[in-house]
Amino acid sequence: MSDTIKVSTMAEMAASGETPEILFWVGCSGSFDDRAKKITRAIVRILNHVNIKFAILGMEESCTGDPAKRAGNEFLFQMQAMQNITTLNNYSIKKIVTGCPHCFNTIKNEYPQLGGQYEVIHHTQLVQELINEGKLKVEGGEFKGKKIVYHDPCYLGRANDVYEAPRDVIKSLDVDLVEMKRSKAKGLCCGAGGAQMFKEAEKGSKEVNVERAEEALAENPDVIAVGCPFCNTMMTDGVKHFNKEDKTKVLDVAELVVKANNL
Amino acid sequence: MISSIIFIILATASTIFFIYNAKKVHRNIFLGRDVDVSGDSSKRINTMLRVAFGQSKMATRPIPFILHLFVYVGFVLINIEVLEMVVDGLFHTHRAFSFLGGFYNFLIGFFEILAFLVTFGCAVFLIRRNVIHVKRLAMKELNGWPKMDANLILCAEIILMSALFLMNAADQTLQAHGSEHYHTAGSFPVSRFIAPLLSGMSDDGLMFIERFCWWLHIFGIFGFLNYLPYSKHFHILLAFPNTYLSNLNPKGKFTNLDSVTDVVKPNFDPSYQPVTDPNNPQRFGAKDVFDLNWKQLLDAYTCTECGRCTSSCPQNITGKVLSPRKIMMDTRDRLVEVGKNIDANKGTFVDDGKSLLGDYITNEEIWACNTCNACVQECPVNIDPLSIITDLRRFLVMEQSTAPTELNGMFTNLENNGAPWQFSPADRANWVNEN
Repeated sequence: MSDTIKVSTMAEMAASGETPEILFWVGCSGSFDDRAKKITRAIVRILNHVNIKFAILGMEESCTGDPAKRAGNEFLFQMQAMQNITTLNNYSIKKIVTGCPHCFNTIKNEYPQLGGQYEVIHHTQLVQELINEGKLKVEGGEFKGKKIVYHDPCYLGRANDVYEAPRDVIKSLDVDLVEMKRSKAKGLCCGAGGAQMFKEAEKGSKEVNVERAEEALAENPDVIAVGCPFCNTMMTDGVKHFNKEDKTKVLDVAELVVKANNL
Repeated sequence: MISSIIFIILATASTIFFIYNAKKVHRNIFLGRDVDVSGDSSKRINTMLRVAFGQSKMATRPIPFILHLFVYVGFVLINIEVLEMVVDGLFHTHRAFSFLGGFYNFLIGFFEILAFLVTFGCAVFLIRRNVIHVKRLAMKELNGWPKMDANLILCAEIILMSALFLMNAADQTLQAHGSEHYHTAGSFPVSRFIAPLLSGMSDDGLMFIERFCWWLHIFGIFGFLNYLPYSKHFHILLAFPNTYLSNLNPKGKFTNLDSVTDVVKPNFDPSYQPVTDPNNPQRFGAKDVFDLNWKQLLDAYTCTECGRCTSSCPQNITGKVLSPRKIMMDTRDRLVEVGKNIDANKGTFVDDGKSLLGDYITNEEIWACNTCNACVQECPVNIDPLSIITDLRRFLVMEQSTAPTELNGMFTNLENNGAPWQFSPADRANWVNEN
């Protein structure tokens, strides 16, 4: 595994008159959260490995406005959206890959009406495409034969009907992919969405992430695979709640690919 | 002759009364704001055929799916027999469609089997509600009228089917007796087991039973029709328009408020032309039913309170107060209250000091939502409780500034740092050099 990754910002590319194939939208979690930053680097390792010419916005990226919108603050959402759309349009961005289902959903579905029209894919879709096109050759490595359960992020699954891409990537690692009772369209939320990530839960009998982690752990998996940095946080906390962090790891689909293949 | 006149009066009165109530429901629904329901009509018809007619979303829960299918198919097809009953009532005929011969006998026999399955389905439904107490059917929001409503419908259907069997049993006994008017027609695979119980009766007694059950069935059907606008059972009609008007967008796509765009976009695009009417400013989000759009209000009338939404809601599963079903029930209850207010005040709504948010739905409920779309996914008739929750949140945030403190903190961070946390935008790409 090489220690360095190669990342250009859009500003750098534009300055040298270059155009990226795709813009990597990192997202706030992927930019600032220590755990999520590892996922971001894993995604970049894949992009570097297949020599895709990509760029990030870097300091010019700002929150998509997703948490504001789900919390009812449409003003703040549209301010964020317009700021980002202005930046993206100035750089004539055509295609975007996101590291987060929330950014994916917001840019793909809610930006077009405000003037931001792009082809948007989630990183698990990109990885699946790369594998299908033969550009990325993967094998199971340390995960070969391991039991992996995949948790559907609501904003990738139900919100946008992307169920198979992350599963196809996981299956390509020659693992034992098992499904929870509540999976795909019936998948249970990790508890983070709808701006719940940023507030305490209302009074109840249980935390949502504990409920979901319990369900995942019932399959006795080696890995709980996720495709969302917020799900990652919630599931990691849930696994810790049951003191199972030594047995069961919570990893992003991109991290599985990178670790298995020493990218 | 007299019976024909009574029948015609009854049919006319019940039709007029139904139209009267349906118009009120229609008026109430269109108290809501306008909403764009354009879009590919072939896609819409396809969704309606698949989801409402084809019951596709019921199938994820096999036991209620099969039982509901019995009742649904039975209800639809037995209406063909009811049509014959109506013809018989009007023209004083006996089994007017029996000229179809062998096919008629097959149909009547098939309807009897269906009627038996309907009875069986309703009986199991009653047991699920009142004996086994299936969790989603025994939640506290159903206490009182909703529970009574459900039981009344199930009992009414069982009575209607029993009347059909008893009528057929008396009829076939009269046929066997060679009674005048009761010529031989039909096959009776279920009611033949009831017929022996009537064997000792006189023709007059049998005719009384036959006529009594006929009238019971006719009264029952007209009664049922007029009960619908007051009941959760309205879904049998509204499921069709409601699924036709389904959201065709990805579930994750929330509406963008045009009124907000009109304020925000000119800052970025000086050539932007506002789309909302500045002389008629609308409240941001929803406080009461008037602030919701009419599709959301149609959703409320379509809800049959099955609770699949609530039983799949992550917050409800973990003991929080949020229940998507209750959101829909509250919306309908408030809308009905508003409608009564309008009726009592000669066609205009007089402020009653109440509103959907506050008097029916609490802040605690709507702040608990994960916006995960599980409720929307689960609904067998494509109701969208999440859109109502979102509109209520919008009101709280943009009109009242009463978001939970932590969320206000998140908003501030977003405004100042372009991220929901207090990190400097300058540090956004630090991950590149960390390992």
